[in-house]
Amino acid sequence: MDNTTTYRDAVREAIRKAMNEDGRVFLMGEDVGHYGGCYAVSMGLLDEFGAERIIDTPLSESAFTGAGIGAALNGMRPIVEIMTVNFSLLALDQIMNNAATLLHMSGGQFNVPLVIRMATGGGKQLAAQHSHSLEGWFAHIPGLKILTPATVQDAYDMVGLALADSDPVLIFENALLYNSKGTLDTNASALAIGKALVHKEGKDITILTYGINLFKALDAVEILQKDAIDAEVIDLRSLRPLDDETIMKSIKKTHKVVIVDDGWKSGSISAEIMARINEQAFYELDAPMARVCTVEVPLPYAKHLEDAAIVQVDKIIEMAKKVMGVS
Amino acid sequence: MELNLTQARDFYKQMLLIRQFEERCVELYSNQKIRGFLHLYSGEEAIAVGIMNALTLEDAVLTTYREHGHALARGISAKSIMAEMFGKVEGCSHGRGGSMHLFDSKTRFYGGSAIVAGALPLAVGMALADKMMKRNRVTVCIFGDGAVAEGEFHESLNLAALWKLPVLFVCENNRYAMGTALKLTESETEIYKKAASYKINSKQIDGMSVIDVAKAALRAVEDMKDGLGPVFLECLTYRFRAHSMFDAELYREKTEVQEWKKKDPLIVFENKLQEMGLWSEIDLKALEEEIKTTVDEAVIFAQNGTLEPIEDLEKFVYSEVSYG
Repeated sequence: MDNTTTYRDAVREAIRKAMNEDGRVFLMGEDVGHYGGCYAVSMGLLDEFGAERIIDTPLSESAFTGAGIGAALNGMRPIVEIMTVNFSLLALDQIMNNAATLLHMSGGQFNVPLVIRMATGGGKQLAAQHSHSLEGWFAHIPGLKILTPATVQDAYDMVGLALADSDPVLIFENALLYNSKGTLDTNASALAIGKALVHKEGKDITILTYGINLFKALDAVEILQKDAIDAEVIDLRSLRPLDDETIMKSIKKTHKVVIVDDGWKSGSISAEIMARINEQAFYELDAPMARVCTVEVPLPYAKHLEDAAIVQVDKIIEMAKKVMGVS
Repeated sequence: MELNLTQARDFYKQMLLIRQFEERCVELYSNQKIRGFLHLYSGEEAIAVGIMNALTLEDAVLTTYREHGHALARGISAKSIMAEMFGKVEGCSHGRGGSMHLFDSKTRFYGGSAIVAGALPLAVGMALADKMMKRNRVTVCIFGDGAVAEGEFHESLNLAALWKLPVLFVCENNRYAMGTALKLTESETEIYKKAASYKINSKQIDGMSVIDVAKAALRAVEDMKDGLGPVFLECLTYRFRAHSMFDAELYREKTEVQEWKKKDPLIVFENKLQEMGLWSEIDLKALEEEIKTTVDEAVIFAQNGTLEPIEDLEKFVYSEVSYG
């Protein structure tokens, strides 16, 4: 158990390492300092690095996100923490109109090496203003890169990958994953941005997923095995850019696919992936593509309703069996 | 500030260049050489010239979509600005920005933002970076009176004051947010008082007087470089032309425009120079001729510019090289 750590600690370690190695890196956001971070990710960093580099901000998402962009333009490598994904909407002007466009509007003169981390996803009975999964929605925007670490290793690696990138990178951390444990090799070389990872090989059906639903998919696959269904599970890792190559390669092997998407179905990343499979690998399909998404409702408070709204293991099993033609 | 003849001639020349450049843009827009939105700076020249005079090339500038004057006064060539408006590769933003998005890394000119108040948070961050890196330079952020209604204005002023950042906030109060008068949208129309409420050193000045603006800007930059935190200048001004080329100006009286034209920054400055006995030393004819040549050459340069190949359309979305 010595080499296991929590997702939370992995993110913190990655930030600490980056701050030790590069004086341009700093962390800014609501309650990141004295409180230790809403999800305790930055606990202890204020004592270690001081208030100049672990900056508590007022509840001004637009201004401090924009300030992160400005600092990035002016030679720094800021990490902006937005407490939860719904609050990022208050900073959407800065993310969309500035971070994603400045390089282009300036004809390539000004790039924005900014990292924005935020907590995402439901499952904690936090109702309709703290629980949504908007990563697929952000992935619509050219100029941004969208990362969705699922594993402890990626929670660690993606901070470094994002900081090394010359352009704005948004990291969506599932709030329910912060306590999850996994192995971490801090010396391993990180899998690049834009590369998906085959977590479990299989020959019968491909399950494409990202974030917390990776673990639901892996649970589903174990049960499917009892029905002699050998599923392949791919963690997309990056929603923009998408790894078309890895996706199509798997489709060409299994000829069937279920996409597990934490967002709502309409205009979702799963819709985009289906369109790409249609464009690039339609004749490889032996069955209609299928998907499991969050039910199209603002997330409710009551536990039984929230559970019914979000992705669950049994929904993945049911959809995979349907695609396989077994019941 | 003691104004000598060289400086007087330079101020006048810069203001006249902006005026002539903008008037030429009107013609070019009518001839459909320039397209998109076009917002002209005529009437507000004293602010750009007075502010930029206080800066070094180390300092940074962020501004709005009515920024031709700021760009010219900052030292971006008329040629590259005109080429930008013609959508040519030789433009200061490679033809990707147009009139509203002029950028130039050489003069640290960070745009050209067309989201009202959208650049204020960036200015805060740029100044934060300078402070963290102990670089003694300032960031200037120019915006209009419309920006004060935006949340980003208040959030940014608070942060700049709280963190004592070297940001010079310059509000060009031309009395109208597009076509809606300030008095119809703000409970407090004395804008500098809003900034003062954030404990920012804040002044209201005559934005039609280049000397007043230049003096205030020099003082502000000096204070900021001494580590005294942000400064806010509310510059009272007026735009002589419509908001953009699609504005019938139904919201203001012609008599009001005429009254303000009496305060034309070029006339105000000419009168001042006459008082000081410097005006007779300036060869206006030669100056006008020189500026006409500059603008003519800019138009020719823009016309002869290159259209970017369509194959390059998807460039500049992500960095092609690592700036690491």
